[in-house]
Amino acid sequence: MITDLRYRHASIGQKIFIICSIIVMSIYVVLIIYPIFNMFISSFKTTREILQHPFSMPSSYSFKNIRILWIDKHFGLYFANSFLITVVAMVFVLLFGSMASFGISRYTFKGNMLLYMIFLSGIMLPLKAAVIPLFMLIKKLNLVNNRLSCILIFTGMGLPSTVFILAGFMKSIPKELEYAGRIDGCSDVRIYWQIFMPLCASSIALVTIYNAVPIWNDFFFPLVFLQRDSIKTLPVGLSSFFGTNSTNWEMLFTGLSVAILPMIILYLFMSKYFIKGMTAGAVKS
Amino acid sequence: MQIKKKTLRKFGTVSFFVLPALIIVITLIVAPLLMSMFNSLFSWNQMVRLDFIGFDNFKALFTKYPYQERFFNALKNNAQWFVMTMVIQNGFGLLFGYLLSRRIAGSEFFKRVFFLPVLFSIVAVGFLWGLYLSPNGLLNAILKATGKPEWQQAWLGNAKYANNALILVNIWRWVGFPSLVFLAAIDMVPVESIEASLLDGANSWQTFWKVIFPLIIPSLTIVFVLTIIGSLNVFEQVYCMTGLDGSPNFATDTIGTLFYRTAFGSVDAGNPEIGMGSAISVVIYLLTFCFSLISIVTTRSKEVEL
Repeated sequence: MITDLRYRHASIGQKIFIICSIIVMSIYVVLIIYPIFNMFISSFKTTREILQHPFSMPSSYSFKNIRILWIDKHFGLYFANSFLITVVAMVFVLLFGSMASFGISRYTFKGNMLLYMIFLSGIMLPLKAAVIPLFMLIKKLNLVNNRLSCILIFTGMGLPSTVFILAGFMKSIPKELEYAGRIDGCSDVRIYWQIFMPLCASSIALVTIYNAVPIWNDFFFPLVFLQRDSIKTLPVGLSSFFGTNSTNWEMLFTGLSVAILPMIILYLFMSKYFIKGMTAGAVKS
Repeated sequence: MQIKKKTLRKFGTVSFFVLPALIIVITLIVAPLLMSMFNSLFSWNQMVRLDFIGFDNFKALFTKYPYQERFFNALKNNAQWFVMTMVIQNGFGLLFGYLLSRRIAGSEFFKRVFFLPVLFSIVAVGFLWGLYLSPNGLLNAILKATGKPEWQQAWLGNAKYANNALILVNIWRWVGFPSLVFLAAIDMVPVESIEASLLDGANSWQTFWKVIFPLIIPSLTIVFVLTIIGSLNVFEQVYCMTGLDGSPNFATDTIGTLFYRTAFGSVDAGNPEIGMGSAISVVIYLLTFCFSLISIVTTRSKEVEL
């Protein structure tokens, strides 16, 4: 760890450096917070108020806009779809990903490295560019306009990084724990489920965060595969709605607030894990 | 006999654990990749595969109107994404990462806020900034209020500014990520190396470039590769802010949007062109792969072992 720079004992030059740094970082903080703040207060305003007084506080606070959006514009439905798809895909990612990591990292066999490479190839290659064959495949399986299509694709998208992070962690668990389990008569499945999974809890939290955010926010695959209105996800619902009502500013700001709010709330509670999760995967390799 | 039974049992166990994930990854990632390459070598009528034509799709992409013009224009825009992201976003990322590593007052707060926009969906960020940058949006209102009304612009409607505006919005969203990667890397630099350089009389500037920087090159590689992959896959931002055809006049078109238009509704006519689309996707794969490899090899050679 690099030495800390405290204002109190700093030399004059360092004090100037500290003050300049804080100013630069504060400017960026304002650049982040102000648009978000403006967006939230605008969701209480009427279109007329937004156009006439873009910076002022709203004259009254009512949740009328949110109610219209949630019920009349189907945002409740979009939200539920996003939630369902993210949760189911994450269950698959974690279950199959941890099983594969266990198989690859704890058994030595021919082709071990090849298997690992197949999983890793998914990290480097953009799945978006493979959408044409994916579309044909999904069509053949009769899954177009079925939530299962996106669940499957997101599972595939999440598995490579999951195997990469979990297999790395499982390799570091001492063999003795496994032997102790075997002597007590544990089957392979019980060793995986009752010994390894609890030990991996922190890495699993990390993998969950690392994958759930991009899945929740993904726009491309739901855009292609979920075109019926009742099964759209939140990002796609947002875009289809805005395309047709681009002058209705109060609905625009309300919709954006609804789309962003869950992430802000989650982040306020879990920022420590979020930050760890997003950096650890990148730095460890 | 005994041994054979044992290997068979092990084979069964490993298969049980690995197969579900392997099947999903092969059918949804590896096979589509190979299929794209295969499909790009055929001519297509909408969704029906016709004759084997070798590399003719690629030839058309590089030499025939309108593909050639659109493709190289999109490629140029992607290059602009790459250069600006690399310089501005990663530059600020390195600066913020370093400042955060010095634990200056408020660094915990800064760290948390910087990372906030990374979590927002691209759609929300795109629309939010699309509104702010519109002719009667927030930015123009600020310019008017601060006495610079002559600077007002239709930021996304003017071909001169549109692509830069998109890129800067994306940089706004992503700066927190390289900042945290660099912070994590700088935190892992052993304090002895820094103390040694300070004892030798080096100032902070020299210590950073001569001691810390060489030691965080592995994290630089990761950020470089992610920047390359990201800049070659730009799609959502353009879709939400300036539309699928990369208006105005293709000034914000990227290979991603060109690919989507070609695959699902053609460049200028309106029919899906699977062959051309596959050719573009193969080009995206190859570019991603080559540039990632180059950046890994070149930064690897500059890496320092402790």
